[in-house]
Amino acid sequence: MTQILIDNRKFNAEEGETILEVARRNQIDIPTLCHHEALEAVGACRLCTVEITGEDWNGSTKLVSACLYPVEEGLIVQTRSEGVLRLRQTVLDLLMARCPESTVIRDLATQHGQVTEYQQFTDGSKCIMCYLCVRACAKLGCHAISAVNRGTLKEVAPPFHEHAESCVGCGTCATICPTGHIEMVDTAETRTIWKREFEFVTCKVCGEPLITKAYRDYALENRRLPNDYYTVCSACKKSELSGHFARLSL
Amino acid sequence: MRFTTPTELADKSATLASTDRKIKKRVLVCSGTGCAALGAFEVFDALVEAADGAKLDLQIELAPCADHAEPLYATKTGCQGFCQVGPLVHIQPDDILYTKVTPKKAREIVEQTLQQGKVIDKLLYKNPETGERIAERSKIPFYQNQTTIALEGCGRVAAESLDAYLAAGGFAPLAKALTLTPEAIIGEVVESGLRGRGGGGFATGRKWRSCVAAEGDERFVICNGDEGDPGAFMDCCIMEGDPYRVLEGMIICALAVGAKRGFIYVRNEYPRAVSRLQAAIDACRAAGLLGDNILGSDLDFDIRISRGGGAFVCGESSALMRSIEGNVGEPRAKYVRSVAKGLYDKPTVLNNVETFACVPAIIRERGKWFRQLGTEGSAGTKAFCLVGKVVNTGLIEVPMGTPLRDVVFGVGGGIINDRPFKAVQTGGPSGGCLSEEHLDLPVDFDALTAAGSMMGSGGMIVMDDHTCMVDVARYFLKFLLEESCGKCVPCREGIFQLHAMLDAFAKGEGKTGDLAKLERLAEDVQVGALCGLGKSAPNPVLSTLRNFRDEYEAHIERKKCPAGVCQAITTFLIDAEKCTGCMLCIKACPTEAITGQKKKLHAINQELCTKCGACRLVCKDDAVVTT
Repeated sequence: MTQILIDNRKFNAEEGETILEVARRNQIDIPTLCHHEALEAVGACRLCTVEITGEDWNGSTKLVSACLYPVEEGLIVQTRSEGVLRLRQTVLDLLMARCPESTVIRDLATQHGQVTEYQQFTDGSKCIMCYLCVRACAKLGCHAISAVNRGTLKEVAPPFHEHAESCVGCGTCATICPTGHIEMVDTAETRTIWKREFEFVTCKVCGEPLITKAYRDYALENRRLPNDYYTVCSACKKSELSGHFARLSL
Repeated sequence: MRFTTPTELADKSATLASTDRKIKKRVLVCSGTGCAALGAFEVFDALVEAADGAKLDLQIELAPCADHAEPLYATKTGCQGFCQVGPLVHIQPDDILYTKVTPKKAREIVEQTLQQGKVIDKLLYKNPETGERIAERSKIPFYQNQTTIALEGCGRVAAESLDAYLAAGGFAPLAKALTLTPEAIIGEVVESGLRGRGGGGFATGRKWRSCVAAEGDERFVICNGDEGDPGAFMDCCIMEGDPYRVLEGMIICALAVGAKRGFIYVRNEYPRAVSRLQAAIDACRAAGLLGDNILGSDLDFDIRISRGGGAFVCGESSALMRSIEGNVGEPRAKYVRSVAKGLYDKPTVLNNVETFACVPAIIRERGKWFRQLGTEGSAGTKAFCLVGKVVNTGLIEVPMGTPLRDVVFGVGGGIINDRPFKAVQTGGPSGGCLSEEHLDLPVDFDALTAAGSMMGSGGMIVMDDHTCMVDVARYFLKFLLEESCGKCVPCREGIFQLHAMLDAFAKGEGKTGDLAKLERLAEDVQVGALCGLGKSAPNPVLSTLRNFRDEYEAHIERKKCPAGVCQAITTFLIDAEKCTGCMLCIKACPTEAITGQKKKLHAINQELCTKCGACRLVCKDDAVVTT
């Protein structure tokens, strides 16, 4: 157990925890775009930058990303110092120029008071390269998409921009995307994503789309699940169960 | 032959050295990148052919010979440094340096120098100041002020031959290190004061010690040969010219830190470095210098080459390690250092090529000896690539602390066409531009950083008054824009915006207030980027702003480029008072925009002028002016 100071308040922290984890646990707001508690941190958006110092640092300070910096005894953290706010603003200004059409970015920027206008990109992209989709896909074991190219040409894409072969159409990437950049179109029968069309398995009770066939096969093969696991949707499962319990209590 | 004890190695080295001493004349043909491009391989072949024709006993390998024999020996060496006047042929023991040698002249060398012992005057280096020909290499100003440690063998021994390296005392330091404890080896390196030559300048010995202290069941040694700075080719020359020295440095490091596996990360754009290193690794394995039980000891260590795909960012240590692992080469935040958690999350020592090349000499001569050279904070010597508007382009090595002036004007021979010196860019794209007031600065890690530039890996680009500093900053930002890995927002988006602003300045589209905006963003990228490369990316902007702010102001406020480089805001004119009507500019103009007759005033047709500056370059009277 170590003790650290965040915005002049003392907190206990476990060894190996990051500044962000300690702050979030104690309801201290540090904005993030590329962070997700289920995924390994990458420190790409830099929005969670905080200022740190220590008692024996002779007054020198450092800006670090809260999502990556492991706490150490006696660490002193400022989440709203002048330097932090300035950098946060610059990051948002830059992202505003990058994807002016993203409402998430626009709202965040307005909230922080956008000050500097930079040359705007006009390609209509809403991708902020937070890697959430890439990391989620990798964590699920598919690795269907990855970050390709360099610099401002960097983008998320399947290998060689061809249709994503190992994609199972689970849609996690589109769900986790904070700006709504990843296009996913669902109809009653099919889902289209990454230039591929997937057929749905429908709920045998209500007939609503349940999961793509490819994802069902992938999940049944890789996780220990009964073969009929994906036949009824969770809503129908729930009502079936509650009916069951209702009959039991009679 | 496979050496199973250090004694066997010492015996073989002694035999080779005695063979080597018998050589009557040794012809060293530089086959560094520059000379090779100028035809050094053809020169070598012509030399061997001519010697054959003349029935000379010219050997191309160190072979045992009879006691009374006086063989001639020719070999291709690594870079000899003086690229400006290549292809170079160095003849020992007379220390004759022939410059700009062609295959035809190689035949003359065989005939006159090898057969008749005569020096060919017209092939000697001519001092541009005095016009005097200099026969001995050591008396040429370019070589006079140099001290070589990392480049000790580069250009002096056969680049591809283990025997030649052994004859020159190679691997004796390793044999010595095998008698020392790991802590004693690290102690020598700590005492030497050696700091990383790749750019960071971190104390090498301390790095090794932290790696030993870090917890882990396996340790790695990595040599960073992903030299990517424009204008830098030191590491390339060392890997091509003296590959065994690099391997020896790595083996000694492995011995000190307890590593079993090592990697050399070389960019694939260095095919000769890759093939020579691979040949050297194979030769070392066969000789028992790599693999299990090196020289019969308990040391097991092997090295593999990992080829880079040409991404500049892979020169950054954490991105390099990800790349070796087979992942996308992107840096990570180094809050936990790579000595503790590096390749495959194991403790890893990563040093640059030049750093490893210094290690054998440090073990041989002791750390104290190395520390005597250089300055208090920066011990030893440093290799630099001197390029740009300097008379003597080439690869050099000088003691740390040598004043910048001595490098540029002493070794470098000053500015081409005697134009005024304007700036020198050190440290590659992430470095900075130093102006005339910094000329007396001692070149070492701390002094360069204090002046707002950095040592970097050792590129040194010299600029004259016809260089526009806004354009220079724009050039480097363009490079970084293309090479930023794109992972973090400040670097990816920030560099794009910085470059866009500089682009606007160059077109005369800058507005009052833009300079403050540029400076603020540059500072934010500096503190906000994820990795070292991103943090140093704004350096070209910040250092030129610091030292040449008036030039930026001229671009923005007056819409003028004082150096006459930024084409959109420059007009070329001929000064009526200076023009002598020599017609040189008329001949040089690619678009026939200049008209005029001999001894009469010339004129530039602005409609046709593309502002390439060719006229200004050839004019001997400074009559071409820009506004």
